[in-house]
Amino acid sequence: MKENIEILTKKFGRNREALIPILQAIVEKNSYLSEEAMNEVAKQLDISAAQVYGTASFYSFLDTVPRGKNIIRVCKSIIAEMKGKKEIIKTLENVLKIKVGETTPDNMFTLLETNDIGWSDQEPSMLINDQPYTNLTSEKVIRIINEYRK
Amino acid sequence: MSSQNLKKTDMIFGLCHTTDVEHLLPGGVCKTNEEKFVVLEEVIKKDPQDIIDDIIESGLKGRGGAGFPTGLKWKFASLSPEKEKYVICNADEGEPGTFKDRDILLKVPAKVFAGMTMCGYCINAKKGYLYLRGEYKFMLPELRKVLDSFHEVIKKIGYDFHIDILLGSGAYVCGEETALMESMEGHRGEARNKPPYPTVEGFRNKPTVINNVETFVNVTMIQKFGVAEFKKLGTQDSRGSKVFSVSGDTPKPGVYELELGMKLSDFVDEYGDGDTKAVQVGGASGFCVPRKKFNETIIGFEGIPTGGSMMLFNSSRSMYNVLTNYLEFFAEESCGQCTPCRVGCQQLIRGIRAVKCGQKSPDYLDALLKLTASMKLTAKCGLGQSVANSFSSIVSNFTEEMIY
Amino acid sequence: MKEMINLKIDDINVSVEAGTTILEAAKKANVRIPTLCYHPDLCIAGNCRICMVEVEGSLTLTAACAMPVSENMVIHTNSLKVRTARKHNIELLLSEHNSECTKCYKNGNCELQDLAAEYKITNETFIDLVPFHNYTIDHYSPAIIKDDSKCIRCQRCVRTCEELQSVSALGVAYKGEHMKISTFMEKSMFDVVCTNCGQCVNRCPVGALVEKNYIDQVWDAIYDPSKHVVLQTAPAVRIALGEDLGYDPGEIVTGKMVAAIKKLGIDSVLDTDFTADLTIMEEGTELLTRLKKALVDKDSSVALPMMTSCSPGWIKFIEHQFPQLLPNLSTCKSPQQMFGALAKTYYAQKRNIDPADIVSVSVMPCTAKKFEADRPEMRSSGYKDVDYVLTTRELAVMIKQAGIDFESLKEEKYDSIMGQSTGAAVIFGATGGVMEAALRTAYELVTGREVPFDGLNITPVRGMEGVKEASVKIEGTLPEWKFLEGAILNTAIAHGLVNAKKVMELVDSGKANYHFIEIMACPGGCLGGGGQPIPTNMEIRMKRNKAIYQEDAGMPIRKSHENPEIALIYKEFLEKPLGHTSHKLLHTTYIDRTK
Ligand SMILES: Cc1cc2nc3c(=O)[nH]c(=O)nc-3n(C[C@H](O)[C@H](O)[C@H](O)COP(=O)(O)O)c2cc1C
Ligand code: SF4
Ligand code: SF4
Ligand code: SF4
Ligand code: SF4
Ligand code: FES
Repeated sequence: MKENIEILTKKFGRNREALIPILQAIVEKNSYLSEEAMNEVAKQLDISAAQVYGTASFYSFLDTVPRGKNIIRVCKSIIAEMKGKKEIIKTLENVLKIKVGETTPDNMFTLLETNDIGWSDQEPSMLINDQPYTNLTSEKVIRIINEYRK
Repeated sequence: MSSQNLKKTDMIFGLCHTTDVEHLLPGGVCKTNEEKFVVLEEVIKKDPQDIIDDIIESGLKGRGGAGFPTGLKWKFASLSPEKEKYVICNADEGEPGTFKDRDILLKVPAKVFAGMTMCGYCINAKKGYLYLRGEYKFMLPELRKVLDSFHEVIKKIGYDFHIDILLGSGAYVCGEETALMESMEGHRGEARNKPPYPTVEGFRNKPTVINNVETFVNVTMIQKFGVAEFKKLGTQDSRGSKVFSVSGDTPKPGVYELELGMKLSDFVDEYGDGDTKAVQVGGASGFCVPRKKFNETIIGFEGIPTGGSMMLFNSSRSMYNVLTNYLEFFAEESCGQCTPCRVGCQQLIRGIRAVKCGQKSPDYLDALLKLTASMKLTAKCGLGQSVANSFSSIVSNFTEEMIY
Repeated sequence: MKEMINLKIDDINVSVEAGTTILEAAKKANVRIPTLCYHPDLCIAGNCRICMVEVEGSLTLTAACAMPVSENMVIHTNSLKVRTARKHNIELLLSEHNSECTKCYKNGNCELQDLAAEYKITNETFIDLVPFHNYTIDHYSPAIIKDDSKCIRCQRCVRTCEELQSVSALGVAYKGEHMKISTFMEKSMFDVVCTNCGQCVNRCPVGALVEKNYIDQVWDAIYDPSKHVVLQTAPAVRIALGEDLGYDPGEIVTGKMVAAIKKLGIDSVLDTDFTADLTIMEEGTELLTRLKKALVDKDSSVALPMMTSCSPGWIKFIEHQFPQLLPNLSTCKSPQQMFGALAKTYYAQKRNIDPADIVSVSVMPCTAKKFEADRPEMRSSGYKDVDYVLTTRELAVMIKQAGIDFESLKEEKYDSIMGQSTGAAVIFGATGGVMEAALRTAYELVTGREVPFDGLNITPVRGMEGVKEASVKIEGTLPEWKFLEGAILNTAIAHGLVNAKKVMELVDSGKANYHFIEIMACPGGCLGGGGQPIPTNMEIRMKRNKAIYQEDAGMPIRKSHENPEIALIYKEFLEKPLGHTSHKLLHTTYIDRTK
């Protein structure tokens, strides 16, 4: 862990401004921020671990609890709701066999809801990791999940 | 059937539906329509003061929602003798129902970078940042590519300005300018006390101009067409065109560029599904206009100012559901530091739920309306202040839907 | 001179320096604006939104604490708009708050309660949000209880821990409705870098952060006939206790305090000052020994500068943050723990009491002392050396509970043995005090003459500057200290852990040439301790500081080595400083807490 974070502090620096880019990079790689990772970042940036935790927990994308390899975030805006978000969630829960907020036992997927992701013209929509998927239908969702399973 | 009074324009996306930056060079042409485009090199030969005066004269107001005169903002920042200054492009676009900056950045990013560079030139800043919301990370590779060639262009014309792209991490409040700067500095996105304003003490406590993505494009286009041409569009109070994000119960959701100062009824005629019961103008933090007021409502700074979100609802929709969705959004996305916003949002949600299920009498809505008045007066930043907008406009226009 | 700004507050014309806030200007005009998140020791947060005022020409109300004045401002602090908005915000805070005043430790000393009383919040307008929050109480620490259900999110604690203490054991976590004050990963305060200094406790306006109190345990001991209760009071208690009992800050109440404690039924009221003097003997000798080893024996393993060890908040801080500097710490226990160890040995022998029957209580300006007393190292008497630690505030509570009319008490003297004090011990309560006391003794030990400062007052080490430095040239040494002839002793003094950190960074980087460093965890030293009366702020610290030096100046004996009881204890019991018994009872070891 120490070495991994050292690579990041080399890249982004060791001042406070480097904190969020470093946390983002860790999340990109590990899906979430472990206690060990946050402690190590605190040490290397010479700030307190509570500050790292406090900052991370402010941001929805900087998870401090374990997440699966692929994080699915379904948009829950009012427009998404009007355009059938519920169906999409139901489909996802069925294919993944988990509820919103949970991670599949094989650690492949975590299913979450999130606030407006910027595709109200093409709802329902979701992000899988960084990639947006829009104009979703149940069939489309199943197809996408199967792609990721490959 | 297109309404007569609704003028579609092509300022922002026009001329160049390309990410190519070559057209910023002298003699550079736009591949789409072969027309000569803005020459960045010419702009940076002008007196910065003249450019600022141009923008003031144009009447351009910020497109991020608050509508502060852009020229004045630049002027304040330019007056500071401070050596270190910054330009920030606010691409946090988190307002529910807003997605126009997404299209601008996908289609004409070079115009955004050019506007930022002009701002840097005017206020004497050497460094710009584009703060891109985390949800738009997918466009990063392409944006970086355009930015690289943009930097080449700047180098070629012998100017010194560098732009970095920073990513948000999922926090709506970081669109608020001072919260955004806190976030850039590695902190929680908690809004700062104002004053000091960013033009005096912004990023790293240095004078900073922060503008919306679309505002920067407008600056670029004013330089291209000249002030007079720009002023032909819009009204006295609302100059220019505006990019709208149209969503909800509409046969044609999408991004549209329209002249400012239009009547809401004209807009509904064009984009409604024939059964429009209400339009939420300006996103969750904007106002809900019921059908009976479509005729008297002007979209612009003299009427309802907007960052561009237009959500249409037809008569099958429950405005109670709409409101609870907004309130849940605010309760989650408030930074949580100040009392009226953090606790007020929780009270509003629980309150209308309690009225709906009969735990509280309908009179309680009045108590909540009074509360939103206090929130508007005392919240620390625009988020908490604007919760009142949707709450009071929905509750007072659709009272019966809140109760039964 | 700064530019003057003219403005009008509630029809009163005021003229203040540019940069003044509306809140400060109003104070000048004798207009009181209520506040919650504001604290004069801390940066402006502007988050409670209680101090709202109406500024003519502004569409919204304005937070008085955060808004600088401008020319011709017209301000209304009591308009209907203002009152309604303030009341709303108080009601909102209450709706998120577990209001149970009659069962609350802060009942009677709570800023939220005061506001609710002022605004006569009698009916519940809004929905009770407490059931919707998963509030937890953390009472694992022996020093501090954190009750989230009482927290109003003013962030005073967070700012305190960061700005004054540079610890940041507490931070703000999550956002929106879930926003809360949290340690790392929501662990117990006991399991994180918290130093137990209690500065946050002192600044928390409500009952969300309080000291763990041992009042009932002490009452039980008092009423247990089989127990002999000895109680020691720290130097800084006597100059602050009065504040909780109706006196103005800066009043010295030593005699009445002793009288009151005797009335409580304590068997023997003794003075931590005694072991403060003892600390000087031990620590002074330790310093001279280290210097000798370094200078004469050329022993490179000797850790210099030597650093004081009487502030347990500071000890825990260095154990977490600079473990590599632990060898530099004096091995002396704090005066409280020296006292505890002697109470159950020397005192027990002399009074012929079975140490198992002694209950040793201390009254401290400090919450970290509660943690210190619990450390496993602190059992050298074979028992827990100090059984219960009370803060100044808790003592005041007990005095009130006993129905004692404090003001009418006749002054009384400490009991003996271990009740004798000197001016040198008294100033332990102020930043720079240990240094001054040490210099008074060490200089005389080495040269046979008094320190060359007018009236023994070593003024360069006094005052409220965060880091102070002083150098003393040693001349005319006695033969055995010849090696120090002409040497310049460089000292540094820091109070508040943010300043301690600065000095430690210097030492750690090898840039400092100090020989002796005094560190106190709390701003102003113990007089500004976390266990002192609330409020504590700069103005009050200055007054307490003045009182301490006043007390010192009035003492017949002002040097530790001249304390007759000190001479006696070395003769009868300890033999000599750093001797075998001292080593066993008065010295300790430290832990690297990064592991
Ligand atoms: C809660 C909140 C969110 C905001 N989000 C954005 C945003 O996503 N994009 C934006 O340009 N402005 C946003 N703003 C407005 C900015 O604070 C700021 O006024 C704007 O960036 C200034 O640029 P402009 O003058 O070009 O509009 C937001 C304001 C608030 C209070
Ligand atoms: S209004 Fe809301 S978002 Fe703004 S500072 Fe207050 S709590 Fe934060
Ligand atoms: S913290 Fe204050 S208001 Fe809250 S219960 Fe305790 S005394 Fe009452
Ligand atoms: S006791 Fe001291 S160190 Fe611990 S949280 Fe409070 S201020 Fe910070
Ligand atoms: S614990 Fe106390 S000081 Fe800290 S935020 Fe809560 S109420 Fe304020
Ligand atoms: S005291 Fe001014 S906002 Fe809290």
